[in-house]
Amino acid sequence: MKAKGWKDLPPGSVVLEGGSAVKFKTGSWRAFRPIWIEENCIQCLFCWIYCPDMAVKVKDGKRAEFDYDYCKGCGICALECPGKKGKKAIEMVEEGK
Amino acid sequence: MAKVVAVTGNEACANALRQINPDVCGIYPITPQTDMMQKFASFIADGKVDTESILVESEHSSMSACIGAAAAGGRVVTATSSQGLALMWEMLHIASGDRLPIVMPVVNRALSAPLNIHGDHSDAMGARDTGWIQIWSENAQESYDNTIQAFRIGEHMDIRLPVMVCLDGFIISHSIERMEYLEDQEVKDFVGPFKNFLPLLDLDKPKSYGPLILTDLYHEYKRAQHEIMTKVKDVVLDVAKDFEKLSGRKYGLFETYRLEDADIAVVILNSAAGTTKDVIDEFRDKGIRAGLIKPRLFRPFPYTEMAEALKHTKAVCVMDRSDSFGGYGPLFMEVSSALYPLGKGPLLMNKIYGLGGRDYLPSHAAQVLTELTEIAQRGKVNVLKEYIGVRE
Repeated sequence: MKAKGWKDLPPGSVVLEGGSAVKFKTGSWRAFRPIWIEENCIQCLFCWIYCPDMAVKVKDGKRAEFDYDYCKGCGICALECPGKKGKKAIEMVEEGK
Repeated sequence: MAKVVAVTGNEACANALRQINPDVCGIYPITPQTDMMQKFASFIADGKVDTESILVESEHSSMSACIGAAAAGGRVVTATSSQGLALMWEMLHIASGDRLPIVMPVVNRALSAPLNIHGDHSDAMGARDTGWIQIWSENAQESYDNTIQAFRIGEHMDIRLPVMVCLDGFIISHSIERMEYLEDQEVKDFVGPFKNFLPLLDLDKPKSYGPLILTDLYHEYKRAQHEIMTKVKDVVLDVAKDFEKLSGRKYGLFETYRLEDADIAVVILNSAAGTTKDVIDEFRDKGIRAGLIKPRLFRPFPYTEMAEALKHTKAVCVMDRSDSFGGYGPLFMEVSSALYPLGKGPLLMNKIYGLGGRDYLPSHAAQVLTELTEIAQRGKVNVLKEYIGVRE
């Protein structure tokens, strides 16, 4: 797609459509990646509730994988995760490692 | 039928706002706010207008509330002064970048430190680069007339930009003068109903204001913003033409006074222009061909028109009631930029006067005109930038 020139822009940088945030894949900002360890997961869905970016997916009422396109790696899910028998079901791992 | 009254500049502007009956008004109710907003709040309390007032805890919040209301799709006003305008600064850029036609009378007063809230142009000059249209006013009548015209200019579909209407603190804002009000209905008809443009409250067409725009497009957006400013002059003149039909009062990009055949000229904003015109008459009586330009539209600045108006003069003094420390006065910078393309323009000098409400006296104008006469004869400027009316 050809990049827009200054004459092609909507006035006042107003975004003229709803739900356009989906086009901005903020996952690229991430420095730490959350890893889901399924055997430690008790399906409490705290991670799903706490995630500020709706990057924890739920399928058929069950915890599914992270949506790494939008996970900024804030680590709230890992902090809130109660885990099982003292073992966290979410761990933060540095990107690139 | 015009109604002749004796009112302060604040009351004149408050009445213009009453006649226009805006949807929303963000008000910070404490100093450095003036009684312009107090009077307007009385109109709201007395049911003279339907305006929703939002009382806020700071001018930063006041402008923020105005931005929200304007983006939602309302006709929005506020007013401020001095430190209040300074505190609004970051939000001023957002109002213009979002293309929201908010109208704001600014009572021009000094900035701290030291603390001083008297007449001075430092506040509005500090907001020079915020992307707002700036219209300056000599007296209560012009403040009233400019406030009314500001709505037509800012809300014009080709423009959609916020407008500051500047008037001198205390000298105009708090002093009573004779002026004429238009009839309420005349003002309503002149300004017309508010036309929406990309309102947030249009639920069938969802949209977002103020997105994150990084290196890929920001430069383009700012280029586009400048382009809008290039269209403002024509709209200002069209609106002035209509306003003249209504009121009989003529407005342009700037006012010229006895300039056509002038050898020497003064460029000066707002109330001090009135004093200077009187002294110019005295010099004319002595056979000295002196004239004056009083800028009205300061942003966007009418560079080519200003150069055209001054090119026949021999010497020009640009007078600033604000300063850029380590630089020239802001008005001087604009006038010298306007004249440079002429190649061989008039001699130029810059005088800083009247800071923090220091009186600008006829003797100061006489001092400037006498010096201009000398340098026009000699062909050489003594000191480029100087302070007048200052104790040594």
